[in-house]
Amino acid sequence: MLSFKDFKNGLMVTLWFVFLTFPLLVIKINPIEKSVVWRWHNMLYVACGTFVFYVLSRLYLARKRVAQQKIKAGIIEDKVAWSAKFFSEPKLYIPLAIAGGLFSLVFPALFSTYQVNIMITALMYVVLGLGLNIVVGVAGLLDLGYVAFYAVGAYTYALLNMHFGLGFWTVLPIGGLLGTLFGLLLGFPVLRLRGDYLAIVTLGFGEIIRLILENWGDFSEGPSGIANIARPGFFGMDLSLEMSINYMYYLTILMVIFTIFVVNRLQDSRIGRAWFALREDEIACQAMGIDKMKTKLSAFALGATWAGMAGVMFAAKTTFINPASFTFLESAIILCIVVLGGMGSIPGVIVGALVLILLPEYLRAFSDYRMLVFGAVLVIMMIFRPQGIISTVRRTYSLKD
Amino acid sequence: MIFSKRMLSILAAFALAAGLASNASAVDTIKIGVAGAHSGDLASYGIPTMKAALLVAQDINEQGGINGAKIEILAEDDVCKPEVATNTATKLVSENVHVVIGHICSGATKAALPIYRDANIIVMSPSATNPDLTQSGDYPNFYRTIASDDAQARTLVDFATDVLKVKKAAVIHDKGDYGKGLAEFIKSFLEQDGKVEVVLFEGVTPGAVDYSAVVGKIRRSGAEAVLYGGYHPEASKIVGQMRKKRMKTKFLAPDGVKDDTFINVTGKNAEGVYASGPADVSTNPLTKKFRDKFMASEGTEPGAFFDNGVTAALALTNAIAIAGTDTAAIAKVLHTETADTPFGAVKFDKSGEPIGIGFVVYEVKDGKFVQVQ
Amino acid sequence: MDYFIELFFSGLTRGSIYALIALGYTMVYGIIGLINFAHGEIYMIGAFTALIVSTVLTIYGFPLLAVFVLTALAAVIWAASYGYTIERLAYRPLRSAPRLSPLISAIGMSIFLQNYVLLAQTSDFQPFPALIPEFDFMEPYAHIVGSSDLAILVVSAIVMILLTFMIKFTRTGKAMRATAQDRKMAMLVGINVDNVISITFIIGSALAAIGGLLIASHIGQINFYIGFIAGIKAFTAAVLGGIGSIPGAVLGSFILGLTEAFATGYVSSDYEDVFAFSLLVLILIFKPAGLLGKATVEKV
Repeated sequence: MLSFKDFKNGLMVTLWFVFLTFPLLVIKINPIEKSVVWRWHNMLYVACGTFVFYVLSRLYLARKRVAQQKIKAGIIEDKVAWSAKFFSEPKLYIPLAIAGGLFSLVFPALFSTYQVNIMITALMYVVLGLGLNIVVGVAGLLDLGYVAFYAVGAYTYALLNMHFGLGFWTVLPIGGLLGTLFGLLLGFPVLRLRGDYLAIVTLGFGEIIRLILENWGDFSEGPSGIANIARPGFFGMDLSLEMSINYMYYLTILMVIFTIFVVNRLQDSRIGRAWFALREDEIACQAMGIDKMKTKLSAFALGATWAGMAGVMFAAKTTFINPASFTFLESAIILCIVVLGGMGSIPGVIVGALVLILLPEYLRAFSDYRMLVFGAVLVIMMIFRPQGIISTVRRTYSLKD
Repeated sequence: MIFSKRMLSILAAFALAAGLASNASAVDTIKIGVAGAHSGDLASYGIPTMKAALLVAQDINEQGGINGAKIEILAEDDVCKPEVATNTATKLVSENVHVVIGHICSGATKAALPIYRDANIIVMSPSATNPDLTQSGDYPNFYRTIASDDAQARTLVDFATDVLKVKKAAVIHDKGDYGKGLAEFIKSFLEQDGKVEVVLFEGVTPGAVDYSAVVGKIRRSGAEAVLYGGYHPEASKIVGQMRKKRMKTKFLAPDGVKDDTFINVTGKNAEGVYASGPADVSTNPLTKKFRDKFMASEGTEPGAFFDNGVTAALALTNAIAIAGTDTAAIAKVLHTETADTPFGAVKFDKSGEPIGIGFVVYEVKDGKFVQVQ
Repeated sequence: MDYFIELFFSGLTRGSIYALIALGYTMVYGIIGLINFAHGEIYMIGAFTALIVSTVLTIYGFPLLAVFVLTALAAVIWAASYGYTIERLAYRPLRSAPRLSPLISAIGMSIFLQNYVLLAQTSDFQPFPALIPEFDFMEPYAHIVGSSDLAILVVSAIVMILLTFMIKFTRTGKAMRATAQDRKMAMLVGINVDNVISITFIIGSALAAIGGLLIASHIGQINFYIGFIAGIKAFTAAVLGGIGSIPGAVLGSFILGLTEAFATGYVSSDYEDVFAFSLLVLILIFKPAGLLGKATVEKV
């Protein structure tokens, strides 16, 4: 399957990478003692690794090509993406959804508190991902400062709880509303911007919010953060640590279900259709008589609402927040969840969140290498599956005669 | 071998009593959690403490453990991030640790403490210096083997006022939890004393490509000394740019700067910089013992907070040896009985602060930190 | 007045560094419409390569001038190679993918490269030798503007003039402009678009490496994270000036640098970044395509 030329190219690529990684991987300097260590074995690893990887990727591409030729020639049928097939068949996905639901219900009983805790984090990112999905996946507005709304929600709860003793249930809707408000606040000035200008302004907005929280100490307690935030109450009962974590877990599950329900209904609504139209073609969408301004603003506002509520839950879960939790990297990770999972696809975003949050957590064994692997996985996924893990199924209508 | 002798005497004196008094000490392993940054960019602050705990555990286990129970160290990484620290804490609690050494960073400690408090577990940090942790009264389960930031601010302020006789000072910080908190204490102490005028109070942005604007501002303010709150990378840049602008302004920095990396990175510009830090205890036999063990196993000098880590491990194991594994009993011993540690005999006051561990001021001379008398 | 001049030069120094990085962002964006998040990492790799090469050469006893020239050369060559490789590996396969995929790939690349350097070298700050000497004739003015500030200004001015000439008058430059205007049309008139894109990445990376070398020598220390912060600022500057426009990137960078310096000097450095980002938002509200960017009217 591989020709001699492939191997020759492989050799060239190998040489190139050996050259490329030479100063950083082979030479280890100690500028203080003015000494050098030459790590030639690293060069060997790079060479072998590159060559093997090159040959494997060639093989993969060659097989893909052969399959495509066969499809063209009509020998085998084009495979419909398994995910598309899967989600168009209620018979297939309903049992799985029920199984998943049951599993998530008994999860705390099966696993340790630690696992439950991690799962809560992952589920919170599911909510965040679904919220951002409205903005990026459905309405097609690239938002790099989503974490700002998350911070707004978290600080709303922390501050109201600290100053006025308000409880979780009171603040949850307030946090959501404040998220909406900030979404509108950001939405207005950026309405005229498109594409990547929007991206940088939202990034700037996210940074501004974080910097204000960091510097305005009288208001937000500054970088030292707010501690001792109350966990959600359960009819005034005192809960043990384990109980309260399990309780938090079920709350998050409820939140996820609620989010899925609302987002799903929204997508089928008039406004959801308007978002899709906006994403596909702004001009055509306007020509159809859709109010662009209202549609964009509603996408921003609704996306921000979920972030606000997730923020409240985050504060309640960790019981401590500081501005360092709301950096640009956080926005980037939420965006990665949406894109990696599959833009606009609800199951995709759920899978994306679980993979991206649980992966580094369980990669702990590799501690130092986990972020390296994380970065590489993002790149490789995009190259081999740019549409995400589970791509959206375009709604199609078939005429029945 | 002072340690082992003392240990044996403790064993002899208390083995019976402890064994009868609490059935908790019937456990055959004593689990000590060690939480802190063990990976990532702050790993160099967390790993020495983990090693310290392991070495102390090994030492005690070789001598038969505590009342016959072996010590098991459970190390968990929190990367110094609050949101990760809560996961770490939950994990340690779910593994039923008896006491915890950690966490390393104040933010992470603050986030994790309520979880330990609710699970009634004693936590002892070798490095979290935030005053709130002890002074707020929210965390009765918290102890530390390092003096708090306000004590350090006091040291720096006194040094600037009484020794250097500064009249005008600029207070600069790096906007971080540690740096800004410390700078605020410095400012309020200076203003309370009224001997030194604070002519500038400002935060610099960590990682910015250039600090010449802020350095220019310091010069314009006419400050004779800069009192800095933060870590060494920014300190090094500010000092470097001050010297480049031929400014002779004195520079006083906290223990976040008292790190050999600071001198290495700053080079000759570091000369004359003052930094506060824990007293030099390298002559203490216990310090020597564990530093040597570290050298033997790792081949390098132990890093930041190693002595504090050893102190925490010794204080806790000492208390467990006397009181068993009951939390209230351990707490009582920590407050009343002293333990032999690299910092000498250490016990803790009501709020959990160590008695007998303080700060002294060092000056950089010929590429080394030298204690100022 | 001295103070004003001091702040002014501080702003110019910052501005030149931002400009050297921002040019890479804007050129890449102009040609393939991608925010190359990994660009800041190229700047960092340039600085690290310079540190490694200069240390090795110093140990083997090369004279100072040779060290400086070879170090600069090595930094540029390796940074350019990394830029080229990143484009081939992470962006070229995604030419026809949905718009956000290359962006995620770029974010992934950025995380990967940061951790690659962290693991291959160290997480600690490393001292960077002062490759730019202290000029004697600058001594009377040292309290206002340092020798390295001056060197940064001069070098970046020369580099920018060379770049302008290249883009205006050479065949490659023309091909780049043609590709930026209309990629399909450029292909039709026989321009090898893939090559042009590669060259753009190479030039952008080389500029970033020069920036990395200069700033590392100026500030005296580097670690694996410096690229991220500088990258975000440079990107802001590029958008401020109108992304895709080369003079715009330079203008945006100087405006950003001066704003930061004067905000620090006359107000407070606490809110330095808030000023920078607020300025960006304000300008974009009134000029949605940045200062020198062309507002495109979409025709149906």
